[in-house]
Amino acid sequence: METNEAGLIARILAGEKELFHELIRPFERMVYLTLISVLQNETEAEDAAQETVISAYRHLAAFRGDAKFSTWLTSIAINEGRKRLRKAKGAAEESIEEQEEGHEGDFTPAPLTDWREIPLEALERKELREALRSAVAELPGIYRQVFILRDLEELNIEETAQALGINPGAVKVRLHRARMMLQKRLVPFLKTTAPARRGFFGRAL
Amino acid sequence: MKLDCKHVWEHISEYLDGTVDAKLREDIELHLEHCEICSAILDSTRNILILTADDRTFELPVGYSERLHERLKEEIEKSKH
Repeated sequence: METNEAGLIARILAGEKELFHELIRPFERMVYLTLISVLQNETEAEDAAQETVISAYRHLAAFRGDAKFSTWLTSIAINEGRKRLRKAKGAAEESIEEQEEGHEGDFTPAPLTDWREIPLEALERKELREALRSAVAELPGIYRQVFILRDLEELNIEETAQALGINPGAVKVRLHRARMMLQKRLVPFLKTTAPARRGFFGRAL
Repeated sequence: MKLDCKHVWEHISEYLDGTVDAKLREDIELHLEHCEICSAILDSTRNILILTADDRTFELPVGYSERLHERLKEEIEKSKH
């Protein structure tokens, strides 16, 4: 996969420009989701996604291969998104969006009573997906961006840190808080009276 | 070492990512065995992550890919001249 990627890039740079379509295809979902995490508006995010891909095409020769192509592309998307935010909101609000994680705030999870492991079918419920989408949208920007890169796009801690220009420690803190805020928000939707089935899910590490 | 619930909560995220060290993992697992509250918090958080990674939860706008490649096609053509 990785070598195929490097091979494609070499061929594009050598003149087979149409191959860029193929190079970008596995990442187009990731580019859009990165931008929605910053911009929170579908039309803007799509427009910015196109700009990101065009920019990556124009600057492909500058890609060194010391980072993964996906991380490089995500950084371009983040920069494009932030540029648009600054334009739309002005410098004052941008500084709010870029704020550091403080120590204030309650980031403890919500304890559940009468909890049973919820069965797979319950996760299929449409309203659960909708609740999750709005809960993610309502997270403060610094938490939302880390959560989307890590848990949706499945970048690792190091890649997430690189793409956002923050240190890995901050990624861990923000991710933990984001997950706990979501847990608290979604507890009413996750409660169920289904029979217990412990250990039903295992998440790949 | 015996952990209290609050201590376990602080490490839930890292525990799910498999980045806690072996000793802490063991302590957390020991705690989870007899603490229903923490087990429930862990399960519910894990379910959120499963749901997040599901492609149907966060969808792309209809026609996104087609429009993107159309735009890219124009750009590639332009760059040939």
